[in-house]
This record gives sequence, C-alpha cells and structure tokens, in this order.
Amino acid sequence: MVDEATKKSLTCIPVLKTKAGPRDKDLWVQRLKEEYQALIQYVQNNKGADNDWFRLESNKEGTRWFGKCWYIHNLLKYEFDIEFDIPVTYPATAPEIALPELDGKTAKMYRGGKICLTDHFKPLWARNVPKFGIAHAMALGLGPWLAVEIPDMIEKGVISYKEKTEG
Amino acid sequence: MESTKKLELKQLLLEKQKQEPAHPVREKILQMSSEVVDSNPYSRLMALKRMGIVDNYEKIRDFTVAVVGIGGVGSVTAEMLTRCGIGKLLLFDYDKVELANMNRLFFQPHQAGLSKVEAAANTLTFINPDVTVETYNYNITTVDNFQDFINGISSHGSLSGGPVDLVLSCVDNFEARMAINSACNELNLCWFESGVSENAVSGHIQFIMPGETACFACAPPLVVASNIDEKTLKKDGVCAASLPTTMGIVAGFLVQNTLKYLLGFGQVSYYLGYNALTDFFPTMHLRPNPACDDSFCQQRQDEVKARPPKEQESGRDTSFDDKEVTHEDNEWGICLVDETDPSELEVDKNLGQGLVAGVKAAYSIPSSAAPEVDTNQVDTSGVSLDDLMAQMKAM
Repeated sequence: MVDEATKKSLTCIPVLKTKAGPRDKDLWVQRLKEEYQALIQYVQNNKGADNDWFRLESNKEGTRWFGKCWYIHNLLKYEFDIEFDIPVTYPATAPEIALPELDGKTAKMYRGGKICLTDHFKPLWARNVPKFGIAHAMALGLGPWLAVEIPDMIEKGVISYKEKTEG
Repeated sequence: MESTKKLELKQLLLEKQKQEPAHPVREKILQMSSEVVDSNPYSRLMALKRMGIVDNYEKIRDFTVAVVGIGGVGSVTAEMLTRCGIGKLLLFDYDKVELANMNRLFFQPHQAGLSKVEAAANTLTFINPDVTVETYNYNITTVDNFQDFINGISSHGSLSGGPVDLVLSCVDNFEARMAINSACNELNLCWFESGVSENAVSGHIQFIMPGETACFACAPPLVVASNIDEKTLKKDGVCAASLPTTMGIVAGFLVQNTLKYLLGFGQVSYYLGYNALTDFFPTMHLRPNPACDDSFCQQRQDEVKARPPKEQESGRDTSFDDKEVTHEDNEWGICLVDETDPSELEVDKNLGQGLVAGVKAAYSIPSSAAPEVDTNQVDTSGVSLDDLMAQMKAM
C-alpha cells in the first residue's frame, strides 16, 4: 500500500503524455522534455515542502541518468549516488534505480545496487503507462525505499555518517 | 646431488603427464553415430531414432539456440542442450558467478568471480566440444546492447547463417523479458519464456510464436497461484528465494519442449505451469491480444490473419488448440490481487479469457478506453530540451 505522504507528493507531479522509449528517435526527445519538466516540478515541490531530497541529470541522449539523493536521520545528512539506464522497453517497464555504493549492504537490493521495490510498485507503474515517468519512479520507488532501508542500515551499523568534504 | 635427482625425476614426470593427460578429454566427433559402445556419447540419444520417438535425431546439430540469462534455469538449460548435442549456443548474461549461487545447479565454487557466460562456456565445451558456444557478456536492456542482441540473434547468429532457430528466456526480471519480447516480435522469432517465482515454489514456461500466440506484452505477467496468502508471505529482509529443484524442473520443461519443437515430435506446450506445493501442472493456449501495446505484435497478428487458413494451424500441434477452459470450481483460489477499486476498471476482456484454473494475471490493467481526467499534465510547448536540462542542472 502506498502511504498518504507518498500519495500526496505523487499527485503533485505532472503526468506525462508521450509514450516513447529511447529507440523512438524524435518522439523520445519529446518524452525527454516531459521527463525533465516533471522532474523540475517535483524538485520544486520538494523544495517548497522543505523536503528536497535528490538531484538527477542525464547524458545528452537521456538514456543514462545519474545524481545524488540524501536522507536525514537524527539530524545527520546521509548522501548516496544514484544511477540507472533507461531500458529499451521504457516506459512499458520502469527504470531500475540503483545506489551502487550500497550494493551488498542490504538484502533489499538486486545485483549492482538496484533497489528491490515492493510488490505494489510494478502493478501501479503498469497501470499508469505512459503517464508515469522518472519523477514518479523516484517518488514511488526510491523515496519509500530510503525511508525504510536507510534507518535500518544505520541502526545495523552497515553505513555510517560521513562528514561532508566539499567547501 | 639428491635434489638434482629429484628435480630430474619431477621433470620426467611432468613430461609424461603432458604426453598422457591425467583426465580423459572428450575429442570432437565429426558425425553422430548410433553405434552402442561405451565410448559413444551419442548412442543413447540416437536410440530415440531406433525406438521411433524422433525421426531424425542428428538434425539437432543443425540448430542454433540463444539462451538469455545463465542463472539457475539458463545454465542448466544450456547444459542439457549441450549434452543433447545441439549445434550452436549463444549465451547472454552480464552477471558474475557468486557463492550465493551455490544453492543452484551447474556452477561450482571455484568459478566464483568469473562471468557467468565465460564460466559456462568453459564447462559446456569441456562436456561436449562438438557444440559451438558464443558468449555475450552484457545487459540486453540498454539501448546499445539491445541493438547488438538483435544483430546477434538475427543476421549472422545461427549455423545456417540466418537467424537463430529459437530463443530461450531464462532471465529473472520483467525488463529483460520485455526486451526479449520486443526483439522477437520485431524479428518474428519464436521463443520460450520461462520463470520461477520469487518464493521458489512455482514456475512456468510459455511458448510464444509472434502473431499466433499471446506475446509477453499481450497481458500482464501470469503467475501460477501458490495458494499462499500474499499477506502472510514474509518478505522482510529478502528479495527472492530459490531452490535447485524448482529451477531444475523448469529447465527440464523448457528443454523438453525445445527438443519437441526443434525435432518435431510430441506436442509443444504453449503454457505449462508448476505449483510445487501441490504438484499441480496447469496447461493452456493463449491467443494474442488484438489491442496489444507492442506494434510489432499487432503487425505479426495481421500477417497471421492474412495467411491462408490452412497455414494458420501452427505446425506441430493440432490436438491442443481451442481446448475448452472450465472453471467449475475455484480450488486454487484464483483472485486478482489489486489495490484498485474494481468498479474503476474495465478490465480488458482479452486478458482474462482462456486463463486456466490455477493461473492468474499478476495484476490488472484498466482498459485504455477509461476516461482521461488528468488535470496536472506536462506542457512542453515552446521549451527546448537543452533549456530544461540546464534548468534542472541549475537547481
């Protein structure tokens, strides 16, 4: 079941219109614009709600995405790199979001650090093709995953707080 | 003095070992013989011919099969085909062998760290050097690799120089299955889908002939009901369980039907399920969905319709078609697990039709005719991708 907070942030993300994958040339460019627009709106929403929790960018073709996400636990900010490829079957299949540095640290992960999503994610995604995009995958997939797994990993001592090195 | 003698002795021994290897190595065999002698690896297979089960067993050497996913099912599948003397195998996987795989068959602890395709190719060539094995160590779902996958199984893939004779999907995820489905619909290649459930107690194989049978995108994924209440299934702290038994059984089903299809004996099952808890094996035939999302599936369906009716009866199986599906009871507890209010959905009637008792769709999808009520939609008019990318980066 999707919790209320997730549901609320989900409904504030604009839905996409173009059903196109990375093999669809011009249509994919259109889809990519929609992806970026939805993502920008979602980050703005998060900022407005004082819950800014990720940044993403892509290669020129929009087929490979990378960025950072962070999670605040006991007033400490834990930061992780995100990466994923857009599969050729997108958007019929969702992107498989990965946090490579956590690979092997939790059982709730597939090889390469791909997060293990709940049984609810795939049906919900399938019912919302092509309206859901990367922003929705973040809100519905990675967000709830971090909320459950990160406190658990901190408690187990498999991840520890790192002082930010940047100026 | 003693030591030099020892050294000489050692050298002598080494040379002797080189001349006659400690382990017998199976040499290549030019032609399959049916002679029943201890040294003939094909005698028991060629006996199928003498017994009248298979007309022309040695034809197996002409066939090329692509195995995608060399895990618990794929590796065993590849070994079975190798021992059967298949002509050529194309192995696709991007994973490495891990000790966590040792609850399954085929791979051994000393292979940990090697790529699965490389490790498999070594073992398979050792078992039967007559089989040509080609390895592809990458994830087929990314744009570049997918194109290479398409090239690999189509143009120059097989021994005959044409496309491969069959693709076997032994992958463990929806994305890869959908990628294989797209490729096979596009190339008009027959393939078998196979799978084992994440709780390890059910599995299935499904034969897909583009345009003639339901493709993998025609309906939501099908699952064999395990009679376990989903709510009592503990998934805390684990993603997936696996058993060598269930995987071995599914691999056996897969290769058995592959042999039947390639060598033209018996009946090929279009869908064969396996519920390990009750030893229940549902079978059925699934028709393609005329409203399938995959445009190539629709194109293949049109081609099948345009064919003269005689040809439409797909080759090797006649008795299986149009078997009436009965649902007089619900002893397997079929129900659609779904969070959506059923009244909201007009479930596509094509999806539910023909599902045999004991098999259900993993989820339902609202019909596309449902009214659109999206007020919050993106509007990209007048903005360029570069601007959007820059805007996102500046946030």
